[in-house]
Amino acid sequence: MQMTNPHLAPDATGQRHPVYEISGLSKTYARNSLVALKGVDLTLHKGEFVSVIGSSGCGKSTLLKIMAGLMPPTTGRVMLEGKPVMGPRSDIGMMFQHATLLPWKTTIDNILLPIEMREGRQAARNATDRATALLELVGLGKFGNVYPAELSGGMAQRAAICRMLIAEPAVLLLDEPFSALDELNRDFMNMELQRICLEREATAFLVTHSIAEAVLLSDRIYVMKPRPGRIDQNIKIDLPRPRNLDMINTEKFGQIVHHIRSALGSEAFN
Amino acid sequence: MAQSQTEQHHGETVWIEREAFIDRIPRWIAMLGLFIIIVGIWHVVTTTGFVSAIILPTPGETWNDILFVGANIMRGEYMFEALVTTSLTVLYGFLIAIGIGFSLGLLVGETKFGEKAVLPYLVAIDTMPKVAFAPLFIAWLGFDIASKVALAAFIATFPIVVATAAGLYAASENERMLFRSIGATRWQTLFRLKLPTGLPYIFTGLKIAAVGVMAGAITGEFLGGGQGFGALIRQAASQLNTPRVFSLILYLSLLGLALYFTVVWAQRRFVFWNKAETPGGIG
Repeated sequence: MQMTNPHLAPDATGQRHPVYEISGLSKTYARNSLVALKGVDLTLHKGEFVSVIGSSGCGKSTLLKIMAGLMPPTTGRVMLEGKPVMGPRSDIGMMFQHATLLPWKTTIDNILLPIEMREGRQAARNATDRATALLELVGLGKFGNVYPAELSGGMAQRAAICRMLIAEPAVLLLDEPFSALDELNRDFMNMELQRICLEREATAFLVTHSIAEAVLLSDRIYVMKPRPGRIDQNIKIDLPRPRNLDMINTEKFGQIVHHIRSALGSEAFN
Repeated sequence: MAQSQTEQHHGETVWIEREAFIDRIPRWIAMLGLFIIIVGIWHVVTTTGFVSAIILPTPGETWNDILFVGANIMRGEYMFEALVTTSLTVLYGFLIAIGIGFSLGLLVGETKFGEKAVLPYLVAIDTMPKVAFAPLFIAWLGFDIASKVALAAFIATFPIVVATAAGLYAASENERMLFRSIGATRWQTLFRLKLPTGLPYIFTGLKIAAVGVMAGAITGEFLGGGQGFGALIRQAASQLNTPRVFSLILYLSLLGLALYFTVVWAQRRFVFWNKAETPGGIG
């Protein structure tokens, strides 16, 4: 485990192609002049899995919304694949706490929804084979023509993974994607997520408040502090890949978790 | 009411749950039984002279008149004409109410202007007793079917406006965020998310409107005369022909049921994903 100050030193993966670059980002809400984010610098490299962890109100949701193009920053540069993010883009894949599948569409049509919205029904129809392949990837091969009411919570989230991947995005933004699932399902889905990300060399950014989950999945973890929201530490997790659930019980894993917990400080548990 | 009890099975005590006797009666027997009880009481109070025949006819007299009116309708005589008139009034009124109600609902639910400027007026008009507008409609549109259509539509519009607007608010924050994140336009969000999500609400409004449109059409016919069933009922009542009033109301309620269940059928057809629990599967 090594620590670097994100404002000074490039991290070990610095030689890889940067996908997402943020510098000098701040967000002040005009309504109550609340400073949600201040001076945030952050880089995601190709194929890297990065998590951000922090107490509620540390600005991590605001950060994710700005990265997704759902909200404009007050100041700062937000660049994805060398182009500034000026709104929602097809090369950004998002996943939320809830699967939010439309109940009147079959699983496969739900997965094709991003294509249908951006390029129309014909393009969506042409992408059916790709959607079927994604369903196979997450083990839902037989459930393409089923309505979401017949899917369990874990299956619905797997369908949401497919929907996020269908437009082949350059970056995956994950907003506590499995926190609504029970613990057994959550562990399983985290392992699935790792497998999919490794297979596709996906660049992923995960917002979570489970330290163990962040450590298990991430190459790096940004620790955020509130008032104003800022990145306090950039921690590299040098556990070997692929990770497995047994690693949670190793001494090294425990040390990393302990370190992050003390980095979060007492304010995280107010 | 479910009650639990223990029983001996193969020497073991098992705990089984049993519904009370009255809840185990099959539905059609329960309905038929209740019907027989009500008609029985009706028969007793009228044949013993406990209630005057002018106020309440006997079940037998009413049944004979139901057959008479039914035969008249089947032969396409004047009562059939009246039924057609009232049916058309109801149908036109309902279609107009759907058109205006849905448009206003979209305006109120989808635009800030509608919510700020239009909604207060709609609420103000909705609180008025709408039947009181009947003389105005007659003055404006005459004694023909148009004034009755107007009153029926007027009464049925408001539930549709309210239901449509409420339906458009029904999409959750998560769903809206999903649609924004996949780059959906405002129109796409409206037609592919908010309207489908709001359909169960809209159909609830349509069911309320289906009841209101009947009331509006008959009230219009009571107050404005004309050729419909409402006029026949008024005429029969003024002649103290209570069996006729009863049987006309029965046929009228069949018309109301037909309209209501058309809406229910449409709801099942278009909102197939929403299997909300309804008592006994009615509505």
